Amino acid sequence: MENATQIELGRVNYHHHNPNLAHHFHDMEQQHESIKLGVWLFLVTEVLLFGGLFCFYAIYRAWHPEMFIEVNQLLDVKLGALNTLVLIFSSVTVALSIRSIQMDNKKQAVMFLAITIICAAIFLVVKYFEYSHKIHEGLLPGKYFANPDIAAVNPHIFFSIYFGMTGLHALHILGGMIFLTWVLIRTHMRAYSSSYYTPVEMGGLYWHLVDLIWIYLFPLLYLIG
Amino acid sequence: MESGSKSINKKLMMSTETTPKHREFHPHILPLSVYIGVGSALFILTGVTVAASFVDIGGVGNLILALLIASIKGSLVALFFMHLLYDNKLYALFFCVSLIMLTAFIVITMFDTMRRDGIYEQRSSPIQISADIYKNMQKHEE
Repeated sequence: MENATQIELGRVNYHHHNPNLAHHFHDMEQQHESIKLGVWLFLVTEVLLFGGLFCFYAIYRAWHPEMFIEVNQLLDVKLGALNTLVLIFSSVTVALSIRSIQMDNKKQAVMFLAITIICAAIFLVVKYFEYSHKIHEGLLPGKYFANPDIAAVNPHIFFSIYFGMTGLHALHILGGMIFLTWVLIRTHMRAYSSSYYTPVEMGGLYWHLVDLIWIYLFPLLYLIG
Repeated sequence: MESGSKSINKKLMMSTETTPKHREFHPHILPLSVYIGVGSALFILTGVTVAASFVDIGGVGNLILALLIASIKGSLVALFFMHLLYDNKLYALFFCVSLIMLTAFIVITMFDTMRRDGIYEQRSSPIQISADIYKNMQKHEE
């Protein structure tokens, strides 16, 4: 008798659960908030990872202020500004894709995710042109620096910082593109709806952080003096 | 037998009513105008920061202005796009603590790197030349 009622209890309690709810969470709300906390912890480690490079930047800019002002002129402000606008636009579209899936508009969510990924690709193509120009001119980091026309002292340090910071950032763009592509495919396969869209929102959070880091990199590298 | 199980079922149904309810998941949807407004503000501020870089304020003025504009842009992204304004404040706390730690990391490092000249000066004019450290240094040089 008791066994029968326990089975009945089990059926009543678990029957109407969302299939996306992992068994160790109490409900969807708790699952969503726990995953978000984990993603925020990851974003904090990203802040500290880039923080090391920002510290590297601060030390050498304080030591060689004139060199930074002079060598900085070799970067293309127009391409840097273009990439900033592309990245901000992609941040808006990824936010809109989350809004669309919150309103169960799958088609629109896929469209906004696709625009975001295309913007990421444009960003990397612009970066490719910038890098190939620098490599062609011999404006390379550390001992690989090979441009005799620059009068400033220690210009190779600036290019170590430039390639280090923008290179790590570009890797993050690539990582974000791969993750958002996976999210796009899953969205297209109807894996997400207004009752479960956690991976879309987490991909968005990561993408916004990558945008946020670029918001600081752009003036610090391209707009000195 | 059957009536017995029915009454137990009734009791169970009553007892499930008193257990904590599973919270339904309701997404927090922002109006479209928020995204368009914040996006436009970010575009305008990008123009402002580029324009400001061509004006020479002098000293570290340009650096401070550039960082100020970047911080306004960053705050807009974090508060609206990353939902920190509307979410559980624990996420904002985590994020702010990481920024405070980063500031401490950079400031403390620069206390060292910006003041190394002072150490070399002190070494060249010691208060007590007889101190062990200078004896050892002389030995080392010999």
